Amino acid sequence: MTNEFWSFIFGRLTWDVLPLHEPIVVITFIVVAIGGLTVLGALTYFKLWGYLWKEWFTSVDHKKIGIMYMVLGIIMLLRGFADALMMRLQQAIAFNGYEGYLNAHHYDQLFSVHGVIMIFFVAMPLITGFMNYVVPLQIGARDVSFPFLNNFSFWMTAGGAVLVMISLFIGEFAQTGWLAFPPLSGIEHSPASGVDYYIWALQVAGVGTTLSGVNLIATIIKMRAPGMSLMKMPVFTWTSLCTNVLIVASFPILTAVLTLLALDRYVGTNFFTADFGGSPMMYINLIWIWGHPEVYILILPCFGIFSEVASTFSGKRLFGYTSMVYATVVITVLSYLVWLHHFFTMGSGASVNSFFGITTMIISIPTGAKIFNWLFTMYKGRIRFELPMMWLIAFMLTFTIGGMTGVLLAVPPADFVLHNSLFLVAHFHNVIIGGVLFGIFAGINYWWPKAFGYKLNTYWGKISFWLWNVGFWLAFGPLYVLGLMGVTRRLRTFDDPSLQIWFIIAGIGALVIAGGIAAMLVQFAVSILGKNKEWDTTGDPWNGRTLEWATSSPPPQYNFAFTPIIHDNDAWADMKTRHAQRPTKDFMEIHMPCNTGTGIVLAGLSVVLGFALIWYMWWLAILSFVALIGAAIIHTFNYDRDYYIPVEAVAEVEDTRTRLLSGAR
Amino acid sequence: MDKMSDGAEDATGVVRKPSAVFLPRAAMSRFAKLLLVPLVAPLLAGCNAVVMAPAGDVAVQQRDLIIIATVLMLLIIIPVMVLVVLFARKYRQGNNAKYEPNWDHSTQLELVIWSAPLAIIICLGAVTWVSTHLLDPYRQLGRLGPDRPVVAEVEPLEVEVVALDWKWMFIYPQYDIATVNEFVTPVDRPISFKLTASTVMNSFYIPAMAGQIYAMPGMQTRLHGVINEPGTYKGIAAHYSGHGFSGMHFETKGVSDGEFETWVAEVRNSPDMLSRQRYLEVEKPSERVPVMHFSGVESGLYTAIVNMCVERDKMCVSEMMSIDEQGGLGHAGVNNLAPELYGGGEKNRAPFGPQKTYVAAICSTDEAIAMTAKLPALKAPNAAPLVGKGLTRPEMVAQSNAPALDWLAGKLAFNQNTSADAL
Repeated sequence: MTNEFWSFIFGRLTWDVLPLHEPIVVITFIVVAIGGLTVLGALTYFKLWGYLWKEWFTSVDHKKIGIMYMVLGIIMLLRGFADALMMRLQQAIAFNGYEGYLNAHHYDQLFSVHGVIMIFFVAMPLITGFMNYVVPLQIGARDVSFPFLNNFSFWMTAGGAVLVMISLFIGEFAQTGWLAFPPLSGIEHSPASGVDYYIWALQVAGVGTTLSGVNLIATIIKMRAPGMSLMKMPVFTWTSLCTNVLIVASFPILTAVLTLLALDRYVGTNFFTADFGGSPMMYINLIWIWGHPEVYILILPCFGIFSEVASTFSGKRLFGYTSMVYATVVITVLSYLVWLHHFFTMGSGASVNSFFGITTMIISIPTGAKIFNWLFTMYKGRIRFELPMMWLIAFMLTFTIGGMTGVLLAVPPADFVLHNSLFLVAHFHNVIIGGVLFGIFAGINYWWPKAFGYKLNTYWGKISFWLWNVGFWLAFGPLYVLGLMGVTRRLRTFDDPSLQIWFIIAGIGALVIAGGIAAMLVQFAVSILGKNKEWDTTGDPWNGRTLEWATSSPPPQYNFAFTPIIHDNDAWADMKTRHAQRPTKDFMEIHMPCNTGTGIVLAGLSVVLGFALIWYMWWLAILSFVALIGAAIIHTFNYDRDYYIPVEAVAEVEDTRTRLLSGAR
Repeated sequence: MDKMSDGAEDATGVVRKPSAVFLPRAAMSRFAKLLLVPLVAPLLAGCNAVVMAPAGDVAVQQRDLIIIATVLMLLIIIPVMVLVVLFARKYRQGNNAKYEPNWDHSTQLELVIWSAPLAIIICLGAVTWVSTHLLDPYRQLGRLGPDRPVVAEVEPLEVEVVALDWKWMFIYPQYDIATVNEFVTPVDRPISFKLTASTVMNSFYIPAMAGQIYAMPGMQTRLHGVINEPGTYKGIAAHYSGHGFSGMHFETKGVSDGEFETWVAEVRNSPDMLSRQRYLEVEKPSERVPVMHFSGVESGLYTAIVNMCVERDKMCVSEMMSIDEQGGLGHAGVNNLAPELYGGGEKNRAPFGPQKTYVAAICSTDEAIAMTAKLPALKAPNAAPLVGKGLTRPEMVAQSNAPALDWLAGKLAFNQNTSADAL
């Protein structure tokens, strides 16, 4: 066979692109391969494939999809955190002319992939998982508006994650930082496969995110239980609504800007090149017009989680519901007016810089109001310090510091000396870990009993809590100091030996956080495998206030046998005070959507398409694209989309619950 | 001795120049003294926080601003954090404090929780507006320090900075010298930087002197600063720019006027000259290069770098823009492409892209530079921005374009005759 033949078949994919010369990657590959084969073997041995396919992969049940999102997020957290540990180790030892153990090629991929994974494949799936699981329950719906679309969205997100993971072993990932600024990310300076992996992974995942945004907006607008006016929606649903509005309005910008970058790289256009009239500054503006709302996409649902946690565990109505809602909406709108604060140093001029600096500061007003609202929710409450509440307190103490350094960075002249420094790195980890991750942990501990019927182990939960909190400050406190010492981000080696001690402390902090993650995994394992589970027969283990606690834990497939009628924004607390009786007879058959494997097929084809484009296998790209369109069209002819749960089945489930409830009381 | 390692001594220096431009000096001084010492002293004792103890007036003002903003925010942050802890303690279950499960609204309280942050942000916003304008990197320095306005006779030191892969080039047009990875300046003399880059984006940052500014290819940014204290400081690349980024830093030396003259003389003795050809050699990617000195700089080099036409047969961006402004070159312009010869263009070609090309020069680059500087812009014909010159157009419009076409034709003819001399 000739060379042309092979390069036609495999494009630019050759043996040389496999990172066989990088022992770290090879060892990682072997470990992952052994682990993966073990899992696959176990699934086959225990004959779980059919179960997984029927009950999970093809499921259109929003609860199962929500859980799959969470699993994806936690798996990717391990990958993203492994990258973080490697960076911390490199920075702790690469002093005095010693190059450390990572070369530039490897290290530059690490910080790029760390950012991409943590934002797109950890934080996004985790919050989307919560929104999927909780929102329909909170509004008294049986599923989301478009259940198949939901399944498809999940698999597209997972498909993007698969492409990023493939880049670890076949070829390389971008060495450009997590936003891939041109001209560095252009074909001239980054000719290899890295930036293409970046583009197609995010494009594939972006489709999923955008569609899931559309789906949840439609669900919240159209599927609320009767009586639940907008101003009676639980705050988590409100923040979810705002987040999904942000997603739908901002992700198309990301898609467009990455498409333009792809055109530059594939067909030689000059949108973002330095010459031929291209403008790299345009890319930076566009990507931050997506990027800044993205920050609020992540934090708003976490604000919602904390609102639920604050009122539930204080045993009190949420203080200032109306101002909470308005604060959320104001943040949503303002988040589009601040993008330029990510590059004050580009030389936009003093008036432009001041404008964006001041709009940024203005966001801190509604955010501050929210903090006060949680504070006064605790006031005159009766606080139970369960794990979610502990995370709330930790969040309020950590996040305010992160918010403060954020407002500091919004003052342009201060930003001139702190921009791109480790101070900035410390700031955004301060808000993303202290805000988003702590919120996610609060949410996991809060809704776990709803999803699985028993509470998470408190002992390991507390260990994880303390390790995370101590580890966070150990890891990022030194970075604040280093930033004030004028140390910039993304450096691989250092000359000044006086910096080393700070990097060593930060490295120790990262190890403590690793302990926190391990403790969390142990917490899950102990809770799942433990014999003395605290089974929750009531469906309401925390004395909750919103509608998801009105149904059983875990909820039946159809969530609610009868759609509840809402009179108050704490709907379930209101039902409890009015001693509303749960209907126990006269059930009706329930109309439900059918499972379908189309989502996983379409996402699989998208991954193949992305892979083919990355490696220039044009025949495969054309083939998979045609197959993708074909499969989507074929699915439209699938009329077997819904079925009815018979009355007897509903009655059986509900009677079981009636028995449990009477036994529990 | 390296300035970075004796910053602890500068801890005293923090208090010495506390005044900020936007508050009454006396008030600010007392305010700053009270707050600076406990806030900053412990930090500086433990490490060399150059951002908190800089050696240049601009950076000092930026440092003061960090402190003022922090203090303003702490006014609200500290009470909030204290209240969080207090409420969490007081209202915990088992403490039997007052319990009002339905208390969820208080208009007065809500007014306070919205207006308190608002008040802080109004103050901070005012500070931001004023300081952003006063400390605008494009603005010429008005002072060298508190109560030390710039004297009119003092000519600022002009420096043209080029971010290369992966090193820094400094051109001193007033002295006709250039360096790589070494920047020397007399203390207390305002410095006026012009910055650009050769290939990718970068950020120029001397933490001890002033804040950073991006250096971008094909563009120019500005920065003004001054160094008040003699010493050696670190200059860094603050924006990731590829594999050699970690080693892309340079020494900054603040010296006395006499020492500066000596240094200039020393550089002038270097046998190396920075011609265009030499620049193209230096520009090639390299890491951790030692200091280079150039005793002379070819005229117009920096302008050519900004306009991406150091290679003589490339059209300068300024010339291109000037032509486009007047309606473009029509088909001649579309076809005026030469195959890329620089930077391994063929290797990194987009798979479906045309062969990499560049726009060929029509004038010599020197002429182009001179032309954009001197020629009054011709008035563009009305329809040109919409139709463009490359398309067929109504007779009448074509006639109205005649002056521009004539001008270009003349220019081309002139060029053919004279380009050899111009070189």
